[in-house]
Amino acid sequence: MPDERTLEVKVWRGGESGRFQAFAVPRRASQTVLDVVTWIQRHLDATLSYRYACRVGMCGSCAMTVNGKPRWTCRTHVDKVADGDTLTVAPLANLPVVKDLATDMAPFFDKWAKAEGRFVPADERPADFHTVPPGTRASRAANAGIECIGCGICYAACDIVRWNRDYLGPAALNRAWTLVNDVRDAGNDVRLAAVAGDAGCHACHSQEGCRTHCPKQINPTASIAGLKRATMVAAFKGRL
Amino acid sequence: MTGRTETRLWIAQRASAAVLALCVIVHLATLIYAVHGGLSAAEILERTRGSAAWLGFYLLFVVAAAIHAPIGVRTVLREMTSWRGRSLDLAAVLFGLLLAMLGARAALAVFGWGAVFA
Ligand code: SF4
Ligand code: SF4
Ligand code: FES
Repeated sequence: MPDERTLEVKVWRGGESGRFQAFAVPRRASQTVLDVVTWIQRHLDATLSYRYACRVGMCGSCAMTVNGKPRWTCRTHVDKVADGDTLTVAPLANLPVVKDLATDMAPFFDKWAKAEGRFVPADERPADFHTVPPGTRASRAANAGIECIGCGICYAACDIVRWNRDYLGPAALNRAWTLVNDVRDAGNDVRLAAVAGDAGCHACHSQEGCRTHCPKQINPTASIAGLKRATMVAAFKGRL
Repeated sequence: MTGRTETRLWIAQRASAAVLALCVIVHLATLIYAVHGGLSAAEILERTRGSAAWLGFYLLFVVAAAIHAPIGVRTVLREMTSWRGRSLDLAAVLFGLLLAMLGARAALAVFGWGAVFA
């Protein structure tokens, strides 16, 4: 049909080294970038590798670089990001490429562990449910960062991650900050020491690349600033 | 470098930044005031000579700069190059000492003890 618009999509093929391959994909109303990638895989090249699960912005597995910016592809409409009728889709930056659009997320989550992003119960066998007083400064801080879906978009957007491969990164540090503010948790001495290293919170430049791109509107920069304050207090108290 | 040292360096850099901000404002305001007043360099030196207050102020300025700059330069080098570890830490300390020496020399000259280092 002559009036049907076509999208010219360049898709990364290969691993760390590779090239962009062009595909023509019919343009549809309310089409997401993930729809486009899936269409290519179903109709044009079954060997295209990529990752997704929920398709509704909950699982955090579909992040890719779309026209140069990291995005959650299942919730990103083509109309919003296409450059005219062209779209360039690449794997997420700052992570090893497994194949095509799939990256190895292991380094990203390893850093959550390094940042002591694991809940350490203060009371192993509480007699009753723990009361978390609402509206306190701590509970508000924990709430602000808790909706992270682990998509790695902030990690791909962060310059410091690019420059310093050891840098824990915005998501792991944000996770640590939610636990620092969790009244049920007792792991803070170890945690603050873990995030205070030369690849931790003090390396952040506070330029908010992470916050700009986080699809969940989380502000890891603010969490990291919180960690800087918390480590400072711990240092003054001699607990670091 | 341990988290404790890294945190201390961060605190030192923040604190010295606060001091520097004040010092720079006072320094620039005085400069502009003096130049607008039409004072020559010799006349300015005439007035600062023997002033313990100006000597103290500029020594504070120098100490803050000598703390602040090496920490920042060390961070920048670690980000932009692969230089890490002891040798970099030592270089940063030496850079700080150099700044302190040059700065102290200038501050003492303002006070009128320039001959000491000349
Ligand atoms: S604010 Fe910090 S964590 Fe966020 S992108 Fe910038 S350097 Fe990275
Ligand atoms: S902080 Fe935001 S961008 Fe980063 S992993 Fe969590 S949801 Fe994704
Ligand atoms: S597929 Fe789950 S967040 Fe996009």
